Amino acid sequence: MRYQVDEKGFYGDFGGAYIPEMLYPNIEELRKSYIEISEDGEFQKEFKFLLKEYVGRPTPLYFAERLSDKYNTKIYLKREDLCHTGAHKVNNTIGQILLAKRLGKNRIIAETGAGQHGVATATVCALMGIQCIVYMGELDIRRQAPNVARMKMLGAEVRPAQSGSKTLKDATNEAIRDWINNPVDTHYIIGSVVGPHPYPDMVARFQSVISSETKLQLMEKEGRDYPDHVIACVGGGSNAAGLYFHYLNDLRVNIIAVEAAGKGIDSGKSAATSALGKEGIIHGSKTLLMQTPDGQITEPYSISAGLDYPGVGPMHAHLYRSQRAEFISIPDQEAMDWGLTLSQMEGIIPAIETAHAFAVLDIKQFSPNEIIVFNCSGRGDKDLDTYIDYFKL
Amino acid sequence: MNRIDLAFQGDQKLLSIYFSAGHPNLDDTIPIIKALQSSGVDMIEIGLPFSDPLADGPTIQKSSTKALRNGMRTEKLFQQLENIRNEINIPLVLMGYFNPMMQFGIESFCQKCKSIGIDGLIIPDLPVEIYHENYKSLFDKYGLYNMFLITPQTPEDRIRYIDEVSNGFIYLVSSASVTGAKSTFGEAQAKYFNRIGNMKLKTPQLVGFGISNSATYKAASKYSRGAIIGSAFINFLEKEGVHKIANFISSIR
Ligand SMILES: Cc1ncc(COP(=O)(O)O)c(C=O)c1O
Repeated sequence: MRYQVDEKGFYGDFGGAYIPEMLYPNIEELRKSYIEISEDGEFQKEFKFLLKEYVGRPTPLYFAERLSDKYNTKIYLKREDLCHTGAHKVNNTIGQILLAKRLGKNRIIAETGAGQHGVATATVCALMGIQCIVYMGELDIRRQAPNVARMKMLGAEVRPAQSGSKTLKDATNEAIRDWINNPVDTHYIIGSVVGPHPYPDMVARFQSVISSETKLQLMEKEGRDYPDHVIACVGGGSNAAGLYFHYLNDLRVNIIAVEAAGKGIDSGKSAATSALGKEGIIHGSKTLLMQTPDGQITEPYSISAGLDYPGVGPMHAHLYRSQRAEFISIPDQEAMDWGLTLSQMEGIIPAIETAHAFAVLDIKQFSPNEIIVFNCSGRGDKDLDTYIDYFKL
Repeated sequence: MNRIDLAFQGDQKLLSIYFSAGHPNLDDTIPIIKALQSSGVDMIEIGLPFSDPLADGPTIQKSSTKALRNGMRTEKLFQQLENIRNEINIPLVLMGYFNPMMQFGIESFCQKCKSIGIDGLIIPDLPVEIYHENYKSLFDKYGLYNMFLITPQTPEDRIRYIDEVSNGFIYLVSSASVTGAKSTFGEAQAKYFNRIGNMKLKTPQLVGFGISNSATYKAASKYSRGAIIGSAFINFLEKEGVHKIANFISSIR
């Protein structure tokens, strides 16, 4: 079984580029050049330099001793929360801004839900002195005021998406429309392993630094470069794709993907795409997505804004269907409780997205000599308001 | 013979009108189609509303959202159109995004279209390669045409490929943009239309996106077999209502 993308841009049954003809030149330009550009020596040098000096990589692979004791197994945390801007998202935006420069683009657009990817995009645009426009659902702008302010401080223009349900999926539609209207000078920095080919593969490659580092770090600490389990939360799936990347074909490694169950899978307020989704097309990709029986895309729900995307990247849809990965969904309440647990057992306040992943420890049994790597995808600063509300802090 | 080919016989200029089914009101579909035919329109594109119409500008987005809120669904539209061929003889094209068709089942969808008397489809997010490889034989089996778009950025070899795979007509998108009404055409468009004209394609072309009034309709028709009006018609319907459709059409021709 093949888990990486094929020549036509598919992961098994999923992926491809279901795009309007107006987008063809933009997507074709990327498709033809993304591998050549990103594997070029000069590009790699600059990419690695910025990841080290600006983002602060390599991020530690931290052995969580108290957690390991409590669950009687070996638990490591890949500390993406220590990246500049507070999450893994910046690995991708650094890669894409360098690519955009190589393609001669002088205008950047992006979509954002919670604002994490918007902030990471505004950051690299400030770094490079390039114009930045971030589309954000009107509802999300109201819900995520601090990140809107951060983007503005960084010099980005935040444009409200007023169509449809006024959230992440509509912000993505608006960004795509902007790109249709500005096909020559603009690059669209998509925020996860979603969208038409080559985006899912391109973003996964930029995030794959997470598992390249994990391999080296495990070798040093454990004398073997692979763990028994890799566990990550999945919204669109980029932090997960980054952690899984170099282990996809290593069948010794068990892959666990954690989705947001919201208020419960059957509550009508959930973002558990693998359980609730059906095959269809969203944002130019064939994948699993939440929709009505007649194919209208529905609005997902999770307490964590970064996990409430109605689809999932095509790589993950394939990992699910082929059963290469085990999918687990975690409700709001358990995720929030893990936000506290991780804070008080390890002194790490995680993003609520990230906290979902850890709840797997209460569901699955691991043995004492097994090695587990969790992707600690982001820190909880952005979620303080939600934590304050929830726990009456 | 497919009604679309019939319409293109001779060399008169064609006017095709797009509207979103279920808008302004759920049951306007049939009255709109009848009024368009009796006003002398040559072809009608019936929009199947979708929650995420990413190739469309604000006007069609809004009409689509409203149509869904009014209760328009694929099944519902097919019910409304059940007996349409008792009264309507001009070509009818369904325009919609691929996901709702997938959920209906592509073959069932084609079958239904044929039984109603739909002549062709326009599916903006189904690229020509994927259509050619996976769905063309099915469309052929049910005698349905599938129309493709080309834009000022479409490379020449791709235009040739689209021409080869196309039936009916090619939809010339007037400029690099989503749908929406514009008031004039510039020199860049004239050059682009001329360039396409000089390619001597086998498939006739209609110009769409940005046709809003008599001036843009006539300008577009100079370079092609005619034009398609969408957003401007929808704006008119919202303001003036179904009973005034004849006024709109006579203002264009
Ligand atoms: C900290 C964190 N983790 C995870 C995600 C989910 O995105 P993805 O599934 O692409 O990693 C987000 C998205 O905003 C995030 O901020």
